[in-house]
Amino acid sequence: MGTKYVGKPIPRIDIDKVAGDAEYPYDFTLPGMVYAKLVAAPYAHAKILKIKYDEALKVPGVLAVFTGADFPFKVGIYAADRDVLAREKVLYYGHPVAAVVAETLEAAEKAAELIEVEYEPLPPVLDALEALKPDAPLVHEKLHEYKHAPFIYPKPGTNIATHLKLRKGNIEEGFSKADVVVENTYYEPLISQGYLENWVGVARVKSDGTVEIWSSHQSPFAVRNLLATSLGLPIHKVVVHHMYIGGGFGGKAGLLLEHIPVLFSMKLGGRPVRLELNREENYFYMAQRAGYYFKMKTGATKDGKLIAHWGEYILDAGAYADYTVNVARSVGLKPFGPYEIEHVHTDAYAVYTNKIPTTAFRGFGLMELYFASERQMDLLAKKLGMDPVEFRLKNVLIPGKSITHTQERLREDAGDPAGAIKEAAKLIEWGKPPEQPKEPWKFRGKGIAAFWKGPVQPSNAASSAIVKLNDDGSVDVLVGTGEMGQGTITSLAQIVAEELGIPVEKIRISPERRTDMVPYTWQTVGSRGLFSEGQALIRALEDLKSQIKKVAAQVFRVFEDQIEIRDGKACVVGEPWECISLAEMALGYMYPNGNTIGGPLIGRGSHVPVRTSIPDPETGKSVPAPFYTFGAGAVEVEVDLITGRVKVLKAVMVLDTPAINPLLVAGQVYGGTVMGINIGLLEELKFDKNGRLMNPNFTDYKLARAADIPEEMIFKCLGVGQKDAPYGAKGVGELTMLPWPAAIANAIANAIGVELYELPMKPDKIIEEVKKQRPELLEKVREALKVKG
Amino acid sequence: MAEKLIPITLKVNGKEYKVEVKPNETLLFVLRNKLNIKSVKGTCYRGECGVCTVLLNGKPVKSCLVLAAEADGAEIITLEGLAPFGTLAPIQKAFIEHGAFQCGFCTPGFILTAHWLLTNKPDATEEEIKEVLSGLICRCTGYKQIIEAIKAAAKYYKQDKQKQ
Repeated sequence: MGTKYVGKPIPRIDIDKVAGDAEYPYDFTLPGMVYAKLVAAPYAHAKILKIKYDEALKVPGVLAVFTGADFPFKVGIYAADRDVLAREKVLYYGHPVAAVVAETLEAAEKAAELIEVEYEPLPPVLDALEALKPDAPLVHEKLHEYKHAPFIYPKPGTNIATHLKLRKGNIEEGFSKADVVVENTYYEPLISQGYLENWVGVARVKSDGTVEIWSSHQSPFAVRNLLATSLGLPIHKVVVHHMYIGGGFGGKAGLLLEHIPVLFSMKLGGRPVRLELNREENYFYMAQRAGYYFKMKTGATKDGKLIAHWGEYILDAGAYADYTVNVARSVGLKPFGPYEIEHVHTDAYAVYTNKIPTTAFRGFGLMELYFASERQMDLLAKKLGMDPVEFRLKNVLIPGKSITHTQERLREDAGDPAGAIKEAAKLIEWGKPPEQPKEPWKFRGKGIAAFWKGPVQPSNAASSAIVKLNDDGSVDVLVGTGEMGQGTITSLAQIVAEELGIPVEKIRISPERRTDMVPYTWQTVGSRGLFSEGQALIRALEDLKSQIKKVAAQVFRVFEDQIEIRDGKACVVGEPWECISLAEMALGYMYPNGNTIGGPLIGRGSHVPVRTSIPDPETGKSVPAPFYTFGAGAVEVEVDLITGRVKVLKAVMVLDTPAINPLLVAGQVYGGTVMGINIGLLEELKFDKNGRLMNPNFTDYKLARAADIPEEMIFKCLGVGQKDAPYGAKGVGELTMLPWPAAIANAIANAIGVELYELPMKPDKIIEEVKKQRPELLEKVREALKVKG
Repeated sequence: MAEKLIPITLKVNGKEYKVEVKPNETLLFVLRNKLNIKSVKGTCYRGECGVCTVLLNGKPVKSCLVLAAEADGAEIITLEGLAPFGTLAPIQKAFIEHGAFQCGFCTPGFILTAHWLLTNKPDATEEEIKEVLSGLICRCTGYKQIIEAIKAAAKYYKQDKQKQ
């Protein structure tokens, strides 16, 4: 595309991160600040009998001790199911039950240890399937009293936090036409987002009632809205300050713990209160990612057409459902991969258990879903005797023609789902068997998985942008989207540079956002930032350019359409020597005699998703998202049958979208690939039989390290854009994680003929399954080792 | 409850600081909270992640595992001290050019570790780079662009070594 900045690997603009003066909430302090410390419950489910804190109050420097009784109301994102501090009973091991605020952190910590809580233990429910049984203990007895969003369907008297139905066609008819059917249950444990900056919040209340908060969050406007509605404050009296955050991956979406320091500050005459979590606390007090059971039955005709899919998807939401009710909506409305199926019938449930609360994580349930559904695809292909790639291509959605699971006809410029699968197959050299290593205990195989995703957002999820032209022709851009590492602000700067013909260095997008100073955006989630902010920004630039042309047209006495903007100047079309620089007109153009026209030039633009609609509660019928990014990932793996270890040798990813910045997309792809592989092979939050989380640290919850990455990671963007997307570009951030657990499991099956249905695919699990499914393989390895001596 | 304070001297980024520390205070705590050097981050506080890495007498250490009192008299370099204010060292430039950071929280530790590696071994192989980096955690980048940045910066360190 004849562009100068868009589509180019321009380095990131947030370079203060390598200089050392980037500021995070972790670094933020206020004069006179005091410190809060929470006390965690040592039971997964217990009645609170008595809280004794007189000794804690005696510690020098202690200002107050709070308990649930001080905050007799509930907060929450989609359902108000959360106590500020536990009241009546604790719902999970680690549940904050009391808090201390003191002049120093040391005093707060010391006092917190002196708080004594008496409990009466109750039987906990620790598994989502158990929680669905009629005689299961109830996590929330008063579910019927909770306020919730209209698209959440809790079932009082049960542990069901929401139930999402999808119905397309007639499922009985579908299965009656099926020649082959595969039916399986897949399991995936709770895992952790694993961002590096633990949550920090500093809050204060001003004398005029204004509440200010600086905290580790993804979406400043969502924090403002939820804080104001939860605490009954007017929106304009809540000011949320967004700074750089040390990673989020969904774990910092929505309202987190902001209400806690805010409420404490209110009780302490407005004094600034800081609550900083350490790593262990961050596992307990912040929400993690849900666990999953996927029951699936999928049928195809003998010529290889998918005809019916039935599913029951059960999400282990933990004690508070937070975003997980909306994740249930995500997998509920996209219950299968990017294929057309005539008859679909699925039910997705988010279920309360006495485990740590859960929320969003990169991909919003779809990496989890595709592990199950892309395994189904391979198992069906096997039953049909078809090649997995050929089978996928036979069923893949066709833009302009196919009807999706939510009965939407895909727009004709929706992307290139088939192209992505074909290209990924080509890059992994599909059809060419991998070269087997000379060690007879090592086996190599290849696997592929396709994916699609659009943002899961309300149909009115808006964005806006303001562009201010400065005295010297430089530009300040105001947007509300957060910066958590994904790099959207660099891509936005490239768009400004392209549209105004000025270098990226002349554009500033401040890392700080204040909700009373930057224009609104709904949230920084769902890979929606560039698509949504980008469109708002392009409209703001159009607005600015029309003002520039108006001034220039008056100066040159021509029509506005006879002015063009290039290289930071407004020039008469065809006469590039007749120009005024943007600097000359930024604050008003002055004629030699002093007469001035125009005035400070400010462009503004808005975006709302077009044509998206609210899902029908009985069928899910809707246009749920304004775009879908399509893609495929493929891997070559090596399975070592002595150690049980699986190594990904090569990972390829193809995305159908154009890239505004290939360097940034590369970063997303490599990061998402390594994260997705590690989740597939290793990551798991482990609970003991009493519901206590056993691995709340980086020693026992292992994140990938540099030595763990695949030898080869390659990616390609096909450049097939959607017409209303900024320069055609659709979202990428979450998409890069979606195919890996599925592609790896498919490759393991290809390598050793062992079918896996559970994550993580850890060495002991692999060996156990080989023993069960292919004992002769282990025998062969033993023989070979004997021969070798 | 007067706790015994230990007077120590630290030379941080070329500047000498005299500071009194408690026996249990870590170097990380003192750098951030007493000397206000905020590029040094902390998150696991048990030596697993390396975001708190600083150079102590030229060698990378995890400052959450070093007691401040133990560091008495030491020379410490943090990210702020790698190049004069307003300029960037070659390794920092390489991180920018190669897209080797995202959220940036782990970046100080990675850059300081890479700087130490290349200063001592500018011809480090990819395997050696990976091994040295494996004491650190980055959840965002997938490490590939970090490794590429380090390989690209190596030429500047080789030139420096030849000059010596």
